[in-house]
Amino acid sequence: MVRLDPNESKSGLPEIALEGVSKQFRNGALALKDISMRVEKGEFVSLLGQSGCGKSTLLRLVSGLTPASSGSVAVNGMTPANARDLISFIFQDATLLPWRTVEQNVGLGLELERVAQNLRRERVDAMLELVGLSQVARRYPRQLSGGMKMRVSIARALISRPRIVLLDEPFAALDEMSRDRLNEELLRLYLEQHWTVLFVTHSIAEAVFLSTRMVILGAHPGRIAHVVPIDLPWPRTAETRLTSAYEEQVVRVSRLLRSVQSAQADEGGVA
Amino acid sequence: MKRHLWLVLNSAIVLACLLAIWQTAVLLLHIPKYILPGPLLVAEAVQTRFPELMHSLLLTTEAAAIGLVSSIVVGVAIALVFAQWRWLRQLLYPYTILLQTVPIVAIAPLVIMWVGNGIYSVAIIAFVICLAPIIANTTQGLISVEENLVHLFLMHNATPLQILFKLRFPHAMPHLFLGIRISAGIAVMGAIIGEFFAGSSRVGQGGLGYAITYSSNQLEIDYLFALVLAATVLGFLFFFLGMFLEWYFLHNWHESKRSDLPD
Repeated sequence: MVRLDPNESKSGLPEIALEGVSKQFRNGALALKDISMRVEKGEFVSLLGQSGCGKSTLLRLVSGLTPASSGSVAVNGMTPANARDLISFIFQDATLLPWRTVEQNVGLGLELERVAQNLRRERVDAMLELVGLSQVARRYPRQLSGGMKMRVSIARALISRPRIVLLDEPFAALDEMSRDRLNEELLRLYLEQHWTVLFVTHSIAEAVFLSTRMVILGAHPGRIAHVVPIDLPWPRTAETRLTSAYEEQVVRVSRLLRSVQSAQADEGGVA
Repeated sequence: MKRHLWLVLNSAIVLACLLAIWQTAVLLLHIPKYILPGPLLVAEAVQTRFPELMHSLLLTTEAAAIGLVSSIVVGVAIALVFAQWRWLRQLLYPYTILLQTVPIVAIAPLVIMWVGNGIYSVAIIAFVICLAPIIANTTQGLISVEENLVHLFLMHNATPLQILFKLRFPHAMPHLFLGIRISAGIAVMGAIIGEFFAGSSRVGQGGLGYAITYSSNQLEIDYLFALVLAATVLGFLFFFLGMFLEWYFLHNWHESKRSDLPD
């Protein structure tokens, strides 16, 4: 497999491009219908919508874990399967391997890619330092809190030096305080590492706080209902959540989301 | 620790009481010793025929251990194959259930006919009885891995072998040990049933199962009790060894094996 320099971008190409993508499951259900969107380098795009709108399916299409039924998906001009080296996926729940210690979990990707052990050790130590997990390096996942587990999961994704990070409702199971803290940390990493991010969530507040752009999806079948740019100033901190501009955005998005849902109910869809 | 000591002490007291009741009942009711010997007579039989008893015990231990260990090796290998090829699993899995339902007493004479008298047929019979729980539990563990974990491995371009040995196999460990625990308990039973049919060709040379049939024919009821006692202890030791191995390999990480760790 050709390994790309992570800093090299094919000029003019979007990081992620979907063209008329539909996804039909084997049981006949249409999960996504005619989705076209472009994500440019450095964007933080949130996907928001009720359950069943195909948000997670969209992430799987971009990561190449499942093929599109029709249309095309390109990641930096390549097929998703060929672009896996550029992508890290952070799953709902931390999905750590319980039989591995924190440091072994973080080093998993490098191990699978057969990076030499001494090099691996160095990068794992540096990464644990970066996300503040050095103290618990030798612990097992069951000894950690939900927030800590998620931080391990982020460290594991980060260590492969991805250009694109896909997150599938990563903080859904956490309490609000841990969630807010991890959101701030995620933004810090996003700015430092120059990622492009596709973020699936149920939470309007979270999506507004994090995103440069928000895509609201309608359900049955999943389709793009609205695209909302979020023009809150950078850098965003805990203070940002207290500003009136932030609140206005949350209200605006809530209204849009509700209109999408009631339109669907009028069509006789499932409310 | 103190609580454990209490438990042990309590069980010892209960055991002593039971033995005392047994001995008194035998004495007061004048039960003849060829029907129910008292615990003192059994103890005497253990003492006088100790070398013979140990010989039988070791022979049975050996046969049960060979059967159990080979069932683990073969069972895990079969489960790995089942986990890798779904169609093969669907094709052959029903037969492993047949393996579990086949009456061991019925196939024991067959095995002896094929392999001949001696420890190997006994070990094979123990092997057959141990195999199904190992295959069933390990297969279940190998295939019940969370989908997202498989996706995580795929995102790193993991090979099928990496997914098998770095993900599926460690995930199956608790299941495998559950299978080992079940099989360890029945391995001794399988060996003894095997020895009923194929103990030894020479008197006094057989394992526990052979000695049990021999003693009951000779109406040496006190020694028969000693043999049953030895078989029970052996079964318990196998089971305990299985539990210990499970604890040893899993206590660090597995939720159900949580030891009290400082937090």
